[in-house]
Amino acid sequence: MNAQAALSPYSSSAGKTERHETHVLSVLVDNEPGVLARVVGLFSGRGYNIESLTVAEVAHAQGLSRITVVTSGAPETIEQISHQLERIVPIHTVTDLTLDNAFVQRELAMIKVRGKGENRTEALRLSEAFRARVIDATTESFIFELTGAPKKIDDFVELMRPIGLVEVSRTGVAAITRGPLEM
Amino acid sequence: MSKIMTGAEMVVQALQDQGVTHLFGYPGGAVLPIYDALFLQKKIQHVLVRHEQGAAHAAEGYARSSGKVGCLLVTSGPGATNAITGLTDALMDSIPVVCITGQVPTHLIGSDAFQECDTVGLTRHCTKHNYLVRKIEDLPRILHEAFYIARSGRPGPVVIDIPKDVQFASGTYTPPKNIQHKTYQPQVKGDLAKIKQAVAMMAKAKKPILYTGGGVVNAGPEASTLLRELVQQTNFPITSTLMGLGAYPGSGPNWLGMLGMHGSFEANNAMHDCDLMICVGARFDDRITGRLDAFSPGSQKIHIDIDPSSINKTVMVDLAIVGDCGHVLEDIVRLWRAEAHQSDPKALKAWWAQIDQWRARKSFGYKKSPTTIKPQYAVERLYELTKNRKTYITTEVGQHQMWAAQHYKFEEPNRWMTSGGLGTMGYGLPAAIGTQLAHPDALVIDIAGEASILMNIQELSTAKQYLAPVKIFILNNEYMGMVRQWQELLHGGRYSSSYSEALPDFVKLADAYGMKGIRCSDPAQLDSAIQEMIDHPGAVLFDCLVDKAENCLPMIPSGKAHNDMILPDFEEDIGKVIDDKGKMLV
Repeated sequence: MNAQAALSPYSSSAGKTERHETHVLSVLVDNEPGVLARVVGLFSGRGYNIESLTVAEVAHAQGLSRITVVTSGAPETIEQISHQLERIVPIHTVTDLTLDNAFVQRELAMIKVRGKGENRTEALRLSEAFRARVIDATTESFIFELTGAPKKIDDFVELMRPIGLVEVSRTGVAAITRGPLEM
Repeated sequence: MSKIMTGAEMVVQALQDQGVTHLFGYPGGAVLPIYDALFLQKKIQHVLVRHEQGAAHAAEGYARSSGKVGCLLVTSGPGATNAITGLTDALMDSIPVVCITGQVPTHLIGSDAFQECDTVGLTRHCTKHNYLVRKIEDLPRILHEAFYIARSGRPGPVVIDIPKDVQFASGTYTPPKNIQHKTYQPQVKGDLAKIKQAVAMMAKAKKPILYTGGGVVNAGPEASTLLRELVQQTNFPITSTLMGLGAYPGSGPNWLGMLGMHGSFEANNAMHDCDLMICVGARFDDRITGRLDAFSPGSQKIHIDIDPSSINKTVMVDLAIVGDCGHVLEDIVRLWRAEAHQSDPKALKAWWAQIDQWRARKSFGYKKSPTTIKPQYAVERLYELTKNRKTYITTEVGQHQMWAAQHYKFEEPNRWMTSGGLGTMGYGLPAAIGTQLAHPDALVIDIAGEASILMNIQELSTAKQYLAPVKIFILNNEYMGMVRQWQELLHGGRYSSSYSEALPDFVKLADAYGMKGIRCSDPAQLDSAIQEMIDHPGAVLFDCLVDKAENCLPMIPSGKAHNDMILPDFEEDIGKVIDDKGKMLV
């Protein structure tokens, strides 16, 4: 899904910047059937990018879920995405966390690495440096659990690749604003 | 006032409580309980259409012409899928519609049951909001909420999908009162500081233009009154989109005609050269802007819209005011007067002089013929013979639609029903029926093409059954004219599948449906034929045989700018106007 390629030929870059940015949007929604489909459908229908998406209930009594979407595009496109999301009826609030840049984000990944001998020791050593936990081990493999900003996970995965990376499972980003106030 | 009743009874009660007078629909297995409840009451008239698409367009016509929410009732599966074109149409043109669909019983959902389809899944993209009612306890709230969402903010269609077991279940019905939706509360009042800024910009403008759209019509008749007041006070020129016709009178002195692809030379050039554009309830659609990087390059732009997502979507503006057009116009008019603002008279005089030069090109002109009826002439005569009546015009989609928009002058809002955003052929006849039922004493005319009318021709039965005296005025050129025109422009005049082969005899067809048929091909007899149509008390199918080769001009060719129009006196080879890049566009 490339937003640029999806633009109509009537579109032009007039008045728009060429910048391509990655933003984290935090979307508070009613936890009702179909709400995730509405959000995902909006992104596919209008040709916006989704880099990652997480969703879980956050307030059971009020029936609220939080969807965290990492998206990318020109700043104008991202502003448009926020407004389009706000039109969806069961959405309470849409917060573009990247605008103020005062937020923390975390992602959890499970990384399966296969190897013997020197590679095995090297994998273990690196995992300690990254504060990854071993959550499963056999004589020829490890599964590491790693939590952190996406970049840290990317870096760890890259280090594991030559050692014997088998596969990775990631949760996508969860994020929250810094300081005492709610989003 | 709570009462125990079945789900089906709740539906009917809620419609009554919401003031629904006409319900357009078609029965089927999954809505039989609701049809039974309808049978036992007299307040709501059910209008049996002949295809569910017709129900949706009839509801749109009803809604647009009356300002109320249009309502339709269809069965599960094919009933729902047939309604989808109409729902999409209502979404694109911001028409308030509530569509109730039957669904298979909850325990069968997901089993590929007979006449089952995933209605909420299918309509998610073509509605403002939709509901699947899983519990009878939720039904009263959802019914009232649906009407609130359909008519509030930027209006649109809402679907309520009700499984058959929920229709049979019993529950407590509560009437609507002060519906406050927990998340959906659109902002109707504009930010006063921004409105002040807008007024200051207007007072300084040397070459201003008002560019208005369907949002003004949707904001109610008061908004149109305020718009007229604003034009009168400022003496600004005004143009409008297809959807906004009638908000400012077509005979008004400041009217430049419609703008856009088939808009007037003066409107498009004024848009291109203005120094201040005030967009009220319009959305910078591609039919309006033409080539975006050459769109009104030297102007500051103010955009007033109730939908924040319309702002900066395709054109970046200098000042955005989110709010209902009526409220914002009220504030603008009040501030303009209170602060005793004056337009710059010298600058405005020069601007009007320039506009008058563009006007002198008479871009809606055409060559009259003594032997053939020119389609533009037919619309002109129709206008002249109906202008002193309470007339509502609907259209299908194509050349005839643009000729109607160019040559019929609309004096009032809500008198013009056309499919703008989606461009749905087959819209006009059912919309005319919906309009006629909302205004039984009015003259309702569907200006049609011979191809479009065949897309929902079955609705003639509906008109007959409900004695709706709609007049269907077909500009018959034996071509899908707009397709033919584009093939001439882009494809070397190879008219691939655009000739209306094997047409029915429309006069005999009228006879078969039990209504009057009239045919006219002689310009000299056109007036008396139109008069005969108007005077006939029942429905009329008028087959007006017009020039087969006429192109709809003026035109901004695709990929070109506002100041690069093809005018009617264009002499060169029309097939060479559009470059390769333009050919990619629709």
